[in-house]
Amino acid sequence: MKPILRFEHVTYAVAGRPILQDLNLELQAGETLVLLGRSGSGKTTALKLVNGLLMPTSGAVLVEERPTSAWDLIRLRRRIGYVIQEGGLFPHFTVERNVGLVPSLEGWEPSKIRARVYELLSQLDLPPGQFAARYPRRLSGGERQRVGVARALAADPDILLFDEPFGALDPITRAEARKQFLHLRDTLRKTAIFVTHDVREALRIGSRIALLREGRLEALCAPREFIRHPGAEVRAFLASAE
Amino acid sequence: MTMVQEILALTLEHLQLVLFSTFLAAAIGLPLGVLLTRRTALRGWSLGLINIVQTIPSLALFGFLIPIPFIGGIGKRTAIVALVLYALLPIVRNTLTGILSVDPAVRESAIALGMLPRQLLWQVELPLAARTIIAGLRVAAVTTVGTATIAAAIGGGGLGVFIFRGVASVDTTQLLAGAIPAALIAIIADGVLEWIEKRFSTA
Repeated sequence: MKPILRFEHVTYAVAGRPILQDLNLELQAGETLVLLGRSGSGKTTALKLVNGLLMPTSGAVLVEERPTSAWDLIRLRRRIGYVIQEGGLFPHFTVERNVGLVPSLEGWEPSKIRARVYELLSQLDLPPGQFAARYPRRLSGGERQRVGVARALAADPDILLFDEPFGALDPITRAEARKQFLHLRDTLRKTAIFVTHDVREALRIGSRIALLREGRLEALCAPREFIRHPGAEVRAFLASAE
Repeated sequence: MTMVQEILALTLEHLQLVLFSTFLAAAIGLPLGVLLTRRTALRGWSLGLINIVQTIPSLALFGFLIPIPFIGGIGKRTAIVALVLYALLPIVRNTLTGILSVDPAVRESAIALGMLPRQLLWQVELPLAARTIIAGLRVAAVTTVGTATIAAAIGGGGLGVFIFRGVASVDTTQLLAGAIPAALIAIIADGVLEWIEKRFSTA
């Protein structure tokens, strides 16, 4: 089976300072890859290379076998859902307009957008009657995060990118968000990359874990093998969870 | 012409000067401010230049413009050029800072979700900067009301005609006939724009 996403000898440098070095990765459709690493390990950079927010200094990131440099970036981005901490919601849009953003950019019928928005809000335990007309400032952190997920899912993208989506949540909300993420993962079966620095989160969420250290791939394996991996950085991460 | 008629006529003339100059300054300043958010290389020296214009005393600026061909000379045109130059700074600066202070996470998600540059500008950046931009327009409009009184010195007309006459003949009535309507225009302009500004709450 052809991978849906592939990093091929990807190096990314800023002003000569390498952030990512010779990264090689393949994602099969439907899997959830967790990018794990300390701050500054290059995991967010790797994520931004997928939707063309950044372009590799050398090597290539291939989405459906086509390098991002050859994609129409607008088309590419509308096919990739993107969720950041607290959702990155537009403060001047209601929940409904936030979630319906990509469909409306794509020129869907208003009635179809509304139906899709309501469907997603219900799916994410945000009753539309209560939430559709609210502004983000009137949502809790957990609600904002779920609206962010709904927005990313709106146009039914093939790939989803999550950049520390639960980073701003308190521990209890975070556990709930994680549970919901697992539920979505198992029902939607989308290809996803999930960035985190929390090894427990990585072990629960990932079908595979890629551990980055100073821009290099230190380990790439399923959670079962990850906990037995002998690498020093892996051990350091596992020790932090004990 | 009675005094009342003259007050009305000059107030109207003053309003025309102010409105025309402020609109023209907005028509130049808003796009320029947006451009400067995209072109960092231009930013430093354009703002510097606009700042320098602002430091020239207004009477002197009117004077400097008189000998310049096409835009200069005696009359309304020169007055408007000078007023526009003064009004530019608050408009350009507020447009620039308003857009630059949009949360980077919001801008990034707009781009990541596949917004075109013009959609990012019209649907995200301008609405979120609207309050700051309108505050700039407000400063520009109110200061233009005051500065426009000096336009009379180079034949621009307006309420400055009363003020210069009052100063020359030490006539308080004439001074007040110019100053009071000018102050009223400033207060009303300020109030209207403040009301508009408040309506654009950035959620």
